[in-house]
Amino acid sequence: MAETHSLQDLRQAAVTSKVFVQRDYTSGTICKFQTKFPAELESRMDKQQFEETIQTLNNLYAEAEKLGGRSYLEGCLACLTAYTIFLCMETHYEKVLKKIAKYIQEQNEKIYAPLGLLLTDPIERGLRVVEITIFEDRSIGSR
Amino acid sequence: MTGNMHLGVEEPIRECQYNQICTHNSSTMDTPHTKKKKIKRKWQVFPGRNKFYCNGRIMMAKQTGVFYLTVVLILVTSGLFFAFDCPFLASNLTPAIPAIGGVLFIFVMGMLLRASFSDPGVLPRATPEEAADIERQIDTANGPSGPGYRPPPRTREVLINGQTVKLKYCFTCKIFRPPRASHCSLCDNCVERFDHHCPWVGNCVGRRNYRFFYLFILSLSLLTIFIFAFVITHVILRSNRTGFLSALKDSPASVLEVVVCFFSIWSIVGLSGFHTYLISSNQTTNEDIKGSWSSKRGKGNYNPYSYGNLITNCCAALCGPLPPSLIDRRGFVQPDTPQPVAQTNGTGACPSNQVQSHMAATNPLLHSQPIILGGGAPLQAKTSLGGPCSTLGPSQASLPSSIPGLSCGGELMALRDSEIHCHHHLHHQHFISPEETPSPPTALPCATHLGHHVHPAQLFNPASQDSLHEDSVRGLVKLSSV
Repeated sequence: MAETHSLQDLRQAAVTSKVFVQRDYTSGTICKFQTKFPAELESRMDKQQFEETIQTLNNLYAEAEKLGGRSYLEGCLACLTAYTIFLCMETHYEKVLKKIAKYIQEQNEKIYAPLGLLLTDPIERGLRVVEITIFEDRSIGSR
Repeated sequence: MTGNMHLGVEEPIRECQYNQICTHNSSTMDTPHTKKKKIKRKWQVFPGRNKFYCNGRIMMAKQTGVFYLTVVLILVTSGLFFAFDCPFLASNLTPAIPAIGGVLFIFVMGMLLRASFSDPGVLPRATPEEAADIERQIDTANGPSGPGYRPPPRTREVLINGQTVKLKYCFTCKIFRPPRASHCSLCDNCVERFDHHCPWVGNCVGRRNYRFFYLFILSLSLLTIFIFAFVITHVILRSNRTGFLSALKDSPASVLEVVVCFFSIWSIVGLSGFHTYLISSNQTTNEDIKGSWSSKRGKGNYNPYSYGNLITNCCAALCGPLPPSLIDRRGFVQPDTPQPVAQTNGTGACPSNQVQSHMAATNPLLHSQPIILGGGAPLQAKTSLGGPCSTLGPSQASLPSSIPGLSCGGELMALRDSEIHCHHHLHHQHFISPEETPSPPTALPCATHLGHHVHPAQLFNPASQDSLHEDSVRGLVKLSSV
């Protein structure tokens, strides 16, 4: 029976390596990550799952940076109140970032931790990379 | 011991003294020193050359003298206007004049402070693992370097909306800069959508504060025109009653205001016009000066970031979503995370926390890549000495590459020449158009470069310093032979 890990177990495990998923600038300066499946993860997880995670993240970031009626309204309102309105309420971007943080935690708990992997929220890396930490796979040792 | 015992009660108050006493109190071998070490906020260990105030809430450039001049000029001129001209105008014309003037003044000051105090969009530097990963990718892409082979400058090409854009590698921040980002040599940071470094505002103008800067210069133009017009009106009205000379005598401040406004109007209105053009075409000052998207460069050259529509460009720049700061100034430094490396001219304190496990984690990566710059592998092994400056390890590994003379040679020296004080359309604005120079001065000799590197450490292991130094020099010698 393969050993599965929980998030708590991962804290004790040793880090084998880290994989960095870089930004994809083909659509301009918007925040988007490459969906190319890294070679180091081939033995660990399903390509489809990985692409789905990254694609969802990309969609969430696109939502944060979307130009539309709502963001214009927020911008105008903020300007009129000399940006003091942000003392009381969060910007739309910040709200979406919270959503993203929740999504990443959920993905970690459900999918990545059992495989011995950990996703780091890109905001902690300045939105440059999605850092995936690969922990040593104890299940190999137990066989 | 008995002599020390009576000091036992006072010991906890003194921060730095740690005698081995009161063993019945402390059960662990932890010295009181580590217990009292304050957890720092991230702004205190920020590697760039910025100044922070109000516990990290306010962020400015290092040189703020000109900013204070700006504030004084605006305050004095407006103050004189409200004190000397407004009473006359309010009583003889309409009280709406000081009211509108007041609103304009508050708006100008608000936008100025917002532009000066906020984070322009600084990109945090790469963590050591990221830097190592990128180094590995670059070296794999370049292939093995033999004698006589000069590695090409580190660039990546990307196709954006049909235009080929070159992403350059920043030696200081150890990242490939996103498109439109640039490294400000004054602040020693990479800034997103870098426009220019404005000494008048005392900060860089980038993605996060461009709209404040634009609204500042726009409202300031209106304010200067407003004051100029109404001071002239005041003098004219007065001289209709009492004659020109006695009007000037009655209201001497008006002369000063007219002079200041007259000279300011040319530069500020000109600057507002220039930035209105930039916004409508979605370009940065940096791009405009370099002519990146000018049709003179080539037939098919166009701006890939423009939305095509003037209104959309304006709305996007001024009313678009405001991204949050990426550097998290007021967050606490996690004791077990490695901090991004601080380069020579960064005032960043050498982080005294060290992560053995993280270093160990990166070890296998580096050892498996023998092509890595000479000093790399042996340096990583040295980190297990536990010297607090072993975060310098990865940075030392890539140190040789940050000596531009070795890797980029002529390209960077040419760029330095074009680092101009730009008098473009403007008479009074001296803003510096920084190019992609790594932290100046570029021609630093290796020894001082390294000397700077190791000096900021507080807790310092001299043994590891010497060996780090030795390995770095070895690495540099190896690279220079390339």
